[in-house]
Amino acid sequence: MINNTLNVGRIEEGFVLDHIQAGRSMDIYKYLHLDKLDCCVAIIKNARSSKMGKKDIMKIECPIDFIDLDILGFIDHNITINIIKDSEIVEKKALHLPREIKNVIRCKNPRCITSIEQELDHIFVLTNPEKEVYRCKYCEEKYEGNLK
Amino acid sequence: MRHLMSPLDFTVEELDKLMDLANDIEANPEKYAHACAGKKLATLFYEPSTRTRLSHEAAMLNLGGSVLGFSSQDSSSAAKGESVSDTIRTVSCYADICAMRHPKEGAPMVASRHSTIPVINAGDGGHQHPTQTLTDLLTIRSLKGHLDHMTIGLCGDLKFGRTVHSLIHALVRYPGIRFVLISPEELRLPSYIRSDILDRENIPYEEVVRLEDALPKLDLLYMTRVQKERFFNEEDYVRMKDFYILDAKKMKMAPENMYVLHPLPRVNEISVEVDDDPRAAYFKQVQYGVYIRMALILTLLEIEV
Repeated sequence: MINNTLNVGRIEEGFVLDHIQAGRSMDIYKYLHLDKLDCCVAIIKNARSSKMGKKDIMKIECPIDFIDLDILGFIDHNITINIIKDSEIVEKKALHLPREIKNVIRCKNPRCITSIEQELDHIFVLTNPEKEVYRCKYCEEKYEGNLK
Repeated sequence: MRHLMSPLDFTVEELDKLMDLANDIEANPEKYAHACAGKKLATLFYEPSTRTRLSHEAAMLNLGGSVLGFSSQDSSSAAKGESVSDTIRTVSCYADICAMRHPKEGAPMVASRHSTIPVINAGDGGHQHPTQTLTDLLTIRSLKGHLDHMTIGLCGDLKFGRTVHSLIHALVRYPGIRFVLISPEELRLPSYIRSDILDRENIPYEEVVRLEDALPKLDLLYMTRVQKERFFNEEDYVRMKDFYILDAKKMKMAPENMYVLHPLPRVNEISVEVDDDPRAAYFKQVQYGVYIRMALILTLLEIEV
């Protein structure tokens, strides 16, 4: 039997993202544009979780103002964010649906101006928080995709 | 600086003010004949729309201003690949205000973000056509004297008709509005409008298939065209099309003060014999379209007369 225990060292400053749905950590790596940052990232996949069975965990070592984590609210409410400074958890950040999402998802409406003007930012606005509806800022088309 | 992207950009109070101004223009056109002297309106029409373009141009000319622009994509720099944002930055140097029609949805909003002059959305694909909605509201208010406590019949293509969707959005802000939605099953009002607007705002409505069933109870009838290509098969179209043709016989079933509106162009959904009926208001609606655009130009340019 494989032992699913792995030790990853503490980080001085940065974030620990816990309770990520198993298998989604690479998506989050992409959505947070971590590939473009010169920082140390540990991704732990399929860690044991009493609550979730399996989960992913990410540790990101970087100044805490480097990353905009609001997008995580759109990807998954249930992720726990621990903000680390001097190797201690200084804040547990609650996730909310972001009011606006920029350049994370793309408008698929072929009639939208973003379909022909490539340099435009793809911006989605939260129009119905109860039903978690996001609409394109330009054409108001509802985002039908599923990031969760 | 303000732009007009959606009919809901104006509050009900602001709309009242705009319509009061339009009615004053109607009553005293000479008072406004030189209000925009020295000002220029650019009409940036990336697709042809004779009525909307001419209405904007007539509005500016009536105010003593002048107009410039293009009326198709081929005759603009877009044909060379220029972006909307570059075009509007350039046009901002030539004109004081602009009206933009574009086949792509959201193009006028992109323009407004880079413009140094007010931008009027003159129609963007199937998305918004706010000056049509303002025209409809002014026509209804001018003819009926109010915009509240009315039963409004919306007839025809309620699925794809953006003028109908915008009008519903605009009218639910007034108390006592109820709708009778008259359409074939294939062209019913989309469920997201029924649930997100009508149900959420507790607006009473009923859906009927035959125009005759609705006519006796209406204060106002808003007709739209039922296009053959919207039907799945020819048989259904042939079976249904006469339900949605308004003629003199059907008009006899309607109340004496039930005005008929239509965003035009009509094809055959209103028989020409109805044109002489005093309740036929669709050509008055065209005239009101000029008045409301005059009021809009003055308001966005912050010109007081």
